[in-house]
Amino acid sequence: MGLDNYLDLAGDADFRAAIANALLLIVFYAVIPLVVGLVLAAILRRGQVRGMGFFRTVIFLPQVIALVVVAVAWRQIYSPHGLLNDALRAVGLDALTRGWLGDPSTALAAVGFIGTWVQMGLVMLLLLSGMSRIPAELFEAARLDGAGPVREFFAITLPAVRGEISVALVLTIIAALKTFDLVYMTTSGGPGNTTTVPSFEVYFRAFELREVGSASTVAIVLTALIFVINVGVSRIGERES
Amino acid sequence: MRVSRAETTLNYVILLGFALFALTPVLTILLTSVSAPLGEPDGLYLSNFVEAWTVGGFGRSLGNSVVVAAIVVSLAAVLAIGAGYAFGTMRFRGSTPLFYLFLLGLMIPTEATVFPLFFDLRTLGLTDTYLAIAMPQVAQSVAFGTFWLRAQFRAMPVSLLEAAALDGAGPMRALTRIMVPAARPAILTMLVLVFMWTWNEFLIALVMAPGGSLRTAPLGLANFQGQYTSETALLAAGAVIVALPTVILFLFLQRHFIRGMLEGASQ
Repeated sequence: MGLDNYLDLAGDADFRAAIANALLLIVFYAVIPLVVGLVLAAILRRGQVRGMGFFRTVIFLPQVIALVVVAVAWRQIYSPHGLLNDALRAVGLDALTRGWLGDPSTALAAVGFIGTWVQMGLVMLLLLSGMSRIPAELFEAARLDGAGPVREFFAITLPAVRGEISVALVLTIIAALKTFDLVYMTTSGGPGNTTTVPSFEVYFRAFELREVGSASTVAIVLTALIFVINVGVSRIGERES
Repeated sequence: MRVSRAETTLNYVILLGFALFALTPVLTILLTSVSAPLGEPDGLYLSNFVEAWTVGGFGRSLGNSVVVAAIVVSLAAVLAIGAGYAFGTMRFRGSTPLFYLFLLGLMIPTEATVFPLFFDLRTLGLTDTYLAIAMPQVAQSVAFGTFWLRAQFRAMPVSLLEAAALDGAGPMRALTRIMVPAARPAILTMLVLVFMWTWNEFLIALVMAPGGSLRTAPLGLANFQGQYTSETALLAAGAVIVALPTVILFLFLQRHFIRGMLEGASQ
């Protein structure tokens, strides 16, 4: 009883895989979308491009589609005769083709990449809202001083959006840790336990294995993890801004 | 301000590349949804939608989703407007700890609460009801909506409320006649967000209705995928049907919606 559940969990291979997988998903859900979002938002704010509304809408679109639908679409893209393998064959990379969600070495990255696709628009929009507050004269001055787009980005744009970066990180990291729909719909945690995640473990333990105690323990650990990261990232954001 | 031609070109290349990346899965599923079903010759098959609708029982699951969304959006709107008004404009005992309680509702993940809640509701015989699917989402949406609207109401000029008080309007009248109309853009954004989240919600709908009689649209699609794995054309058609309401709403309101998001995020 009691703490035994936690001790059991520490030695549980599926649970450890779930935590490790969730942490890796943070790279795909939060880190890559942050980099992409920064570039896209900086271009939309500064690049004097036409069709800003179009790009904004299209890149944000994945956010409003039900993840179940997203999973159906990507399963087709990743399937042995799907778009991704067709594209690889077309450029002569036949050796790389595979069932992306069924291969243990690529399944987790394949799920994570869907997360990148979903989150980049949200991050872009959040950062754009921060960047739109930067007065245009600042950019003018930087360019007059001979700064190129890269210098301008690191000297002006990036420091101005620290607060938005931390908001974006909190939202996307939580999304990564809470991943459920995508895993349920694409891989059910497999092959083996290569794509299992904490919330899928909770569901699986409670409803398939009927181990309510162990399921609750995983749920508590997940909640604690989300809290710690929430508080940690917000603190960093506040200190820097 | 001049931006060099090379820089402008590179900007367009990057933007177009990511726009294409964002659209590829959408186009894939749209094209697949009108492609030939198993065993049929190539061609354009709009009939897939009819077939998927009948075979997948989407009439029923979309109906369930409409009921759940109506309960969640209407209840959450009324409660969040009231709570946001109180927290945003009034001082009362315990308002700070109470507000933190609402924030807690935002921070605790559904994944942690939904399973114990399921066992509680099962004991009460409430699982497999609309209420079991809707009420947890009402709670989440009220937490979010209160947080969202408190900031809105707080940002409004005090003179608005003072003028209302001078005219002899009570707090209720001030809310319905002045505050709500003034906060209309923020309220609309909130309604759209809550609708989309409710429509797309998967875990709560999955756990709370294990009997399968009250499947919402995403659950209907998941079930359809389980039964007709190889029928990619029909599956894609079903996916389009499920995605359409939120996508259409977003495309119609996108200017307003994105502006609301931008303003809300910077508060």
